[in-house]
Amino acid sequence: MRAGPPIRLGTAVLSLAALALAVFALNARAAPASETPDPVADAKAFRDYFVKKFPTVKPDDFVNGPYSMNQDMRKQWEDMEQFPPYEFALEAGKEMFSKPFKNGKTYADCFSNGGIGIRQNYPYFDEKEGKVITLELALNRCREVNGEAPLSYMKDDMAALTAYMAYTSRGKLMDIKIPNDPRALAAYENGKRYFYTRRGQLNFSCASCHVQNPGERIRAEILAPALGILNAMPIYRSEWGGMGTISRRFVSCNSQVRAVALEPQSEEYRDLEYYLSYVSNGLPISGPGSRP
Amino acid sequence: MTADNGFRATRRLVLQGAGLVALAGLGNVALDVAPAQAAAADKYPGKAFTLKGDTDAIQALYGKTTEASDKIALDVPEIAENGAVVPISATTTLANVTSIAFLVSENPNALAAYYQIPESTLPNVSNRVKMAKTTKVTAIVESGGKLYSATKEVKVTVGGCGG
Amino acid sequence: MASTIRVRAVSSGDITEVQALIQHPMDSGYVKDAKGQLIPPHFIDQLVFEHGGKNVLVANWGPAVAKDPYIKFSFKGAKKGDDLKISWVDNKGATDSTIAKIQ
Repeated sequence: MRAGPPIRLGTAVLSLAALALAVFALNARAAPASETPDPVADAKAFRDYFVKKFPTVKPDDFVNGPYSMNQDMRKQWEDMEQFPPYEFALEAGKEMFSKPFKNGKTYADCFSNGGIGIRQNYPYFDEKEGKVITLELALNRCREVNGEAPLSYMKDDMAALTAYMAYTSRGKLMDIKIPNDPRALAAYENGKRYFYTRRGQLNFSCASCHVQNPGERIRAEILAPALGILNAMPIYRSEWGGMGTISRRFVSCNSQVRAVALEPQSEEYRDLEYYLSYVSNGLPISGPGSRP
Repeated sequence: MTADNGFRATRRLVLQGAGLVALAGLGNVALDVAPAQAAAADKYPGKAFTLKGDTDAIQALYGKTTEASDKIALDVPEIAENGAVVPISATTTLANVTSIAFLVSENPNALAAYYQIPESTLPNVSNRVKMAKTTKVTAIVESGGKLYSATKEVKVTVGGCGG
Repeated sequence: MASTIRVRAVSSGDITEVQALIQHPMDSGYVKDAKGQLIPPHFIDQLVFEHGGKNVLVANWGPAVAKDPYIKFSFKGAKKGDDLKISWVDNKGATDSTIAKIQ
């Protein structure tokens, strides 16, 4: 997976040993079925792992993904943030958000505080329905309840809307709750399991890249740390030449390891988002973001 | 950049005055030609934008050759995060600057942009360009009628043109 | 239809810094679409910034300028409240322009 200057054998052995230890530690953490899930301990261990691995990175900076890992990339990003490429999607999202549906209602009617400054509370576990509700799902439900056709989960309008909602929450800290409900815990565990399970022809788990190798290159790209990885969503990717949502990123990540991608907003993706967001609690929302 | 964590926590989105849109199909736009400009004509140098290789592009654009100068600060990344959008900028301490041009040598057409700099404008410009592959990037500064240049290499790992 | 031009012009002393972001595909003509057909070139040729009846910058662009192009430059002689006019024309003859107030 490394593509870079040749490493000396000594450091390579040390690195491998460190990796093996890390993997062992992670596997030890991934609890056997009999152990009660402990999200609070998980989140602390997750955060401690990254803070320890990158002592020079300010904890809040992890939300900036690869830009917290590489100075040359960071400078390009800072240049672009002066007038970022997601600007147009953000404006479009604001307009869309305030435009009434055919029945006269607006998105604000579906959300607490009129949908402003609430992104950091998503996803949440809906105890009536017994499932994880993400922001994207909530937006489409709002549309359907008001007689509008649902949006594609991947980009365009959905990305513009979530970009605007994320922007109104910029700086607020991720604040995901797990109610004292065994179904909520099960969803959390399901997401965690998905995160650590290897899949696809390349046999990578999410953790293979984002826990074991943040800051390293996979082919030409610098890998982002998993801590805070959803805080910048949705993102404008230069690679896409446009915006993409959390759904789009999960689907493309699956494809990139040559695994069969799931349907956007399928249960595993929602549970994955639940887990990843929860263990990033306390880090600021930075969305919408831009990425290479 | 304001907040510690690198992104603006509060930022005014846009600054827009009265918007005026004219989407003419084939119409011409009469661009005001400022009468007292010492700079080159305002005509678009179409031919220069079609040429391959720095030398031909410079010849077509200026009809002169350049000399290297350490008075030009060319700011480009070492490795482009994505060849489709590479922020580059140039500034100079040379006097009487009338134009700045950017060339991306390995692009199908070397000339990327050509800026006419009137007298009261600072000799400093930033923009974002596409780079097809690892390439030399050159900033040319026209100062007092002579051409000066600075060159740096940018590594490109993903082609900027859609690949 | 909304303008394609977003501008921030801020004056500090005698110097006004201008940043602009323009919504435009800037197709180079070298990229193929999903069907394998070349997408024809479609990019801004010339972008002009005007203040007080004079050009303060003329940007001549080719297809290598990035999509949704950005530009930053500075000029002297303007003050807060002045108008800055920005206009562009592309290779298909389409145009757009806007007037922004210098802050």
